[in-house]
Amino acid sequence: MTDKKKGPKLVSRRNTLKGIGAGALLATTGMPKMMGYAQAQTSEPIKIGFQVHRTGIGAAYGRWYDRTTQAAVKRINDMGGINGRPVEIVAEDDGTDPKRGAEVVEKFASQHNCDIAFGTLFSHVVFGSAPRAGELKLPYFVVSEGHHVASGKLNRYTLQPGITDVKSQVQAMAPFVGDNLGKKVTMIYPDFAFGHDHRDFFSEAIERQGGQVVAKIAVPPAETSFTKYFPKIPRDTEVVYHVMVGPAVLTFVKELGEFFGPSRPEIFGFIDSLEAVDINSPGLEFLEGTYFWEGMPRYAQANQTSHDKLYREAVGVDENGASTSDPKDVSTFAHMFGCWETLNIVKKGMESAGYKGPEDRAKLIEAVEAMSDMPMSDDHPQGAKRFNGKTHQTFGSQYISKVTDGKLVVSHTTSIEDTLYEDEVDYTTQPF
Amino acid sequence: MTDIQRSNWLHIGVVIALACSFFILPEYHSGNLARILVLAVYAMGYNLLFGYTGLLSLGHALFFAAGMYGLGLAMQFFDFNPIAAVIAGLILALVVSICVGFLALRTTGVAFMIVTLMFAQAGYLTILYFGEYTRGDEGFVIQQADRMVGMIDLTSPMGRFFTALLLFAICFFIIAYIVRSGFGLALVAIRENEERATMLGYDVMRLKLQAVVISGVMSGSAGAAYALLFGYAGATFATVQYSIFPLLWVLLGGAGVTIGPLIGTIFMFYLIDYSSAITPAYMLIAGLALVLLTLFAPQGLAGELRRRFLPWLP
Repeated sequence: MTDKKKGPKLVSRRNTLKGIGAGALLATTGMPKMMGYAQAQTSEPIKIGFQVHRTGIGAAYGRWYDRTTQAAVKRINDMGGINGRPVEIVAEDDGTDPKRGAEVVEKFASQHNCDIAFGTLFSHVVFGSAPRAGELKLPYFVVSEGHHVASGKLNRYTLQPGITDVKSQVQAMAPFVGDNLGKKVTMIYPDFAFGHDHRDFFSEAIERQGGQVVAKIAVPPAETSFTKYFPKIPRDTEVVYHVMVGPAVLTFVKELGEFFGPSRPEIFGFIDSLEAVDINSPGLEFLEGTYFWEGMPRYAQANQTSHDKLYREAVGVDENGASTSDPKDVSTFAHMFGCWETLNIVKKGMESAGYKGPEDRAKLIEAVEAMSDMPMSDDHPQGAKRFNGKTHQTFGSQYISKVTDGKLVVSHTTSIEDTLYEDEVDYTTQPF
Repeated sequence: MTDIQRSNWLHIGVVIALACSFFILPEYHSGNLARILVLAVYAMGYNLLFGYTGLLSLGHALFFAAGMYGLGLAMQFFDFNPIAAVIAGLILALVVSICVGFLALRTTGVAFMIVTLMFAQAGYLTILYFGEYTRGDEGFVIQQADRMVGMIDLTSPMGRFFTALLLFAICFFIIAYIVRSGFGLALVAIRENEERATMLGYDVMRLKLQAVVISGVMSGSAGAAYALLFGYAGATFATVQYSIFPLLWVLLGGAGVTIGPLIGTIFMFYLIDYSSAITPAYMLIAGLALVLLTLFAPQGLAGELRRRFLPWLP
């Protein structure tokens, strides 16, 4: 037997290279997690993750939310940005899908290192995304008009400061409907949560006015023909209240007109039934003399404010609420102002919080929670707002317009007080 | 090394590699992986029925949603803790899959596809109909504070990832065991030639029902895990789109290969994630990739791997 003594093993060049390679791999892949998010340099842009419905059921809204957002950011940047830093929009399509919505929020927080997320409209996407925003501690500014924020179902990181919610809108409509159109109301609404909110909130509100809902006609989602629902409207109906969303809204309204013919009851609708649809489309002539709720008047009114004018020019919307480059491309005017106003509120919030980077996200939320009255201005062209920091929900005037000569003419504007209701949550008691 | 040993090492190795990846990958990708693992469980359940038994269902979203709502409603209305709620989700998925299997298996081929699709659609509309409790399409949030198991916070990156991995590993090993067992081989026999399996004396109806139930419960476990780990339950997950997804994942990854669903889910997830960064028409890119894969790798990625290099892949 031989006893071979092994000498000290030298580190070979191959092993050294392997070690360097492994180190480099660890540095490029593992380091981000170990180091966390590096603090933003002051010259770096403020990144706003824009969760946009580019595809799916919300695509028509998404297109106009996108245009409004780009216009608002351009204006903010032209005015010097936020705290001297330019604003950059990082847009991601959520497919109007709650699963993809949550993934997009994660992408904003940990891939793009966005400062906030913003812009979601459809309620189910908000519900799917908000839990992740809260867990990732990413301020999430939604433009949804759902009652979900003020209902207390979400979390402290989710706010809706730029658009009113459906509960306040519906509640403010009931006095006008009861006093001017009739007391016996038949409601036609989509048979899902958004429609159920209308059904429940309006039923309560009209009863307070001494009226009653004589029939509640729920239309299943994805319905393409509506004629079979209209015979359910009771003969003693004085007012038909309709709200519909989705790609079949035009068919819905046309078939409603065909059903009634020349003699119809009073009709009151939410403009959601005709968002992005030309009100002068063939078959909609029967709408003449009917009433619509509008979040913001689609047609420039006789008493148009300078704020409305500036806003339309910036976004590229003409006096009829259509694109300045294509009159057939009708906007979602009643909702999209929410993007504009939300971004201006974010700007104010960041400035008052002295926002520097993600470490100041809690300060940003506290700064927005501290906001209250916001007068009508170029930042708030829809009208004055009153933000409730406890419920994270804003309140504002609503518009009721009458179709007159093929245009929507405002016939009544509610006060902010008409839209208020009791707090259902106090998010400020929740820890960050 | 025998094929069985290779297979064992493969499955153990995949789970170990996934566990290590949490410490290596950046936060965004490890977060994605947690979601992918849950969805891969859904795809594995689908693969058992489609890839191994040859039954093409277009209604698996019903099972996924059963698990999701079983857990979600139990937590929402009965204050179940997460473990009890998961069990509630599994029980609901079990009951639904027995009922659906019992009725749908009276049909075959295209009729089976249509019947399962109709059951899923009925399930979706049921969720909407009981919107007062389910909040319909809008869904509901399962609050962060309710998603704790003992000291484990399921909303933390690590808690979420390793819970997803645990579920994945359990289902992965169960599938690996099943496909090598006599039961699994009988399912393959049914897939290859149902009449011959009947002639050989197998109780085909019973075996297929068992496959539907195992597949349904596994899909339900994914639904329950999704609601628990990501804090949301909604009717969207019961739509036909979510019945098509596992079919795509399995076709892309490799039908009838245990690792196929994981590969397919990862591939599809990142295909959409990266292509959406390039163009708003990202579904066009995704569609093109799917067509190319179908043309040049009709057996899916893992299936092609098995055909060319690794014939022992289970």
